[in-house]
Amino acid sequence: MSTFEAAAGGGNLNRTGHEESWDRRIPAEHTDGGLMSKRIIVGYGFWIFLLSDIIMFSAFFASYAVLVGATAGGPSGRDLFNLRNVAIETACLLLSSFTCGLASVGARTRRESWFYGAMTVTCILGAAFLYIEVHEFVGMVARGAGPTRSAFLSAFFTLVGCHGVHVTAGLLWLLTMMAQVFAKGFRADILRRILCFGLFWHTLDIIWVAIFTVVYLMGAGQ
Amino acid sequence: MSSSEPESDSHYADIAPGYERIDGDEGGEAVGSYLIGLGLAALLTIVSFFISGTTLVWGPSIPVALVVLAIAQMGVHLVFFLNITTGPDNVNNVLALAFGVLIVLLLLTGSLWIMTNMNHNMMAMEQIMR
Repeated sequence: MSTFEAAAGGGNLNRTGHEESWDRRIPAEHTDGGLMSKRIIVGYGFWIFLLSDIIMFSAFFASYAVLVGATAGGPSGRDLFNLRNVAIETACLLLSSFTCGLASVGARTRRESWFYGAMTVTCILGAAFLYIEVHEFVGMVARGAGPTRSAFLSAFFTLVGCHGVHVTAGLLWLLTMMAQVFAKGFRADILRRILCFGLFWHTLDIIWVAIFTVVYLMGAGQ
Repeated sequence: MSSSEPESDSHYADIAPGYERIDGDEGGEAVGSYLIGLGLAALLTIVSFFISGTTLVWGPSIPVALVVLAIAQMGVHLVFFLNITTGPDNVNNVLALAFGVLIVLLLLTGSLWIMTNMNHNMMAMEQIMR
């Protein structure tokens, strides 16, 4: 027994190994010694996933940039894009990113009303963004500018639609986090999930910055 | 011994993306950081939308200006919203970000370069065949 504990680094590793039962008593996790806390490791791992997601989006951006001129005689971005709607969408997503940050502060300081309020506003803004985007897509398809019309429109719907799918998944995740906090409170593992959700939502906003610049502003201007 | 110390002092020392030192009163500081980020991002967005529709600027410079503004806004998001900083606990995240940016740049410039070159050659071929 004593040799096992010595091999395990004088109890440090032992404590980390039983962290789940341990951090139920102490909500914030910290392991003294060389091992990093679970929060850092979880954040790092999720950040690597997000970077891989960004690389996937960059492939869609590359295909869009290659195909942007291939309109096959159909409508181009100049004929289709409504910059007023895009401005409203951008405002929705930027404000929702801000309120998502407020919600994560509320979670870390364990203020329930703050957390729920900010998450609700985030959800409403994200839903408004999705509504405008779906409305735009339906209008384009009704005008005969669906994804089958030209290579340009295929690339457009793939890129912007993929972002919309991410926002949809983010909204479902948001509602799940509210339900989990409601059912289980601000437990350490729940706080880590809120951290990951916040990173996901902010990253969606970063990708939207690229979309409204490359697709909408450049497409409508040229 | 460190293992017998109270945990409340040290457990907020860890910093990861989206996570900075928070303890009660420091919530206001974090909200301030988000507010700065919101203000800068909103400013850059408004400038982007303004520049895209204006005739005040020389036309060909507009796409370049838009790209620069977008990259600046992404930087604002990374620093103020995702809290990717140059702190000692953030080295891994910054390195991963740098690698991701490298791959994205390779993918974008490589695709555009190759496809532009191929389009160029294809046009010459069409003209030859006519």
